[in-house]
Amino acid sequence: MAITFDKALGIHQHALEARVKRAEVLANNLANADTPGFKARDMDFQAMMQKAQDSMSGFGMEKTHPGHMDTSAGASDSDLLYRVPNQPSVDGNTVDSQAEQTRFMRNAMDYQASFQFLNSKFTGLTKALKGE
Amino acid sequence: MSLGNIFDIAGSGMTAQSLRLNTTASNIANAETASSSTDTTYRARKPVFSAIQQSMLNPGQQAFGAQGSEDAGAGVRVEGIVESEAELQMRYEPNHPAANADGYVFYPNVNVVEEMADMMSSSRSFQMNVDIMNTAKSMMQRILTLGQQ
Repeated sequence: MAITFDKALGIHQHALEARVKRAEVLANNLANADTPGFKARDMDFQAMMQKAQDSMSGFGMEKTHPGHMDTSAGASDSDLLYRVPNQPSVDGNTVDSQAEQTRFMRNAMDYQASFQFLNSKFTGLTKALKGE
Repeated sequence: MSLGNIFDIAGSGMTAQSLRLNTTASNIANAETASSSTDTTYRARKPVFSAIQQSMLNPGQQAFGAQGSEDAGAGVRVEGIVESEAELQMRYEPNHPAANADGYVFYPNVNVVEEMADMMSSSRSFQMNVDIMNTAKSMMQRILTLGQQ
């Protein structure tokens, strides 16, 4: 049985990656808080994790070229979705900056949690190697 | 790591907001600049914002099968600055040095109250982008400590 980093680290590395992507999308929403006609976006975190889990289980097809099509479950609907606004402004912008900022902060906290888990995995591996 | 993109996005937001603050400053400074004809009168200036898409930055990488909705976006940019079409204020001031033959002077179409509100909005948005950048920075610093005891 070969020990690989992929198996040892579990889902946390994918979670961390997804959090970074989401932070990017939310930062873009906030940068465009005053752009007329801009539609706020967010990603379906559950779908992303599902995709990561599928690829980890070994049944998913790997994409080794940008031209390869995505064959995993839920590939038909994209990760990036448009937000349904509570009250869109007159200029067609759907960014609610307070709500977006809250989400960004929460995403940063979730990132920290994922990081903590990943770090503990590494600490565990180090301990196992040292035999402490 | 795409955390670096957040710096670009927040940076573009800060650039756009500071330009908006610049136009506001210019408008307020020139709110009382009178002139003798409609052509030479100062008009309120407004920036036009538009969203940048990542596919716009590197069009070559837009591969087959990649939909536009996969694009996370890459911040905001200023398309240009437009002058307000609102009507100029015409005042009868025969003693004004710039008064025309009929004794009228033209004042800019700057709405000072609107400009003040714009100023508050842009400084808040600027602050928000700074916060984003700080958070991205601490996220990046944390990733550097991965695996340390």
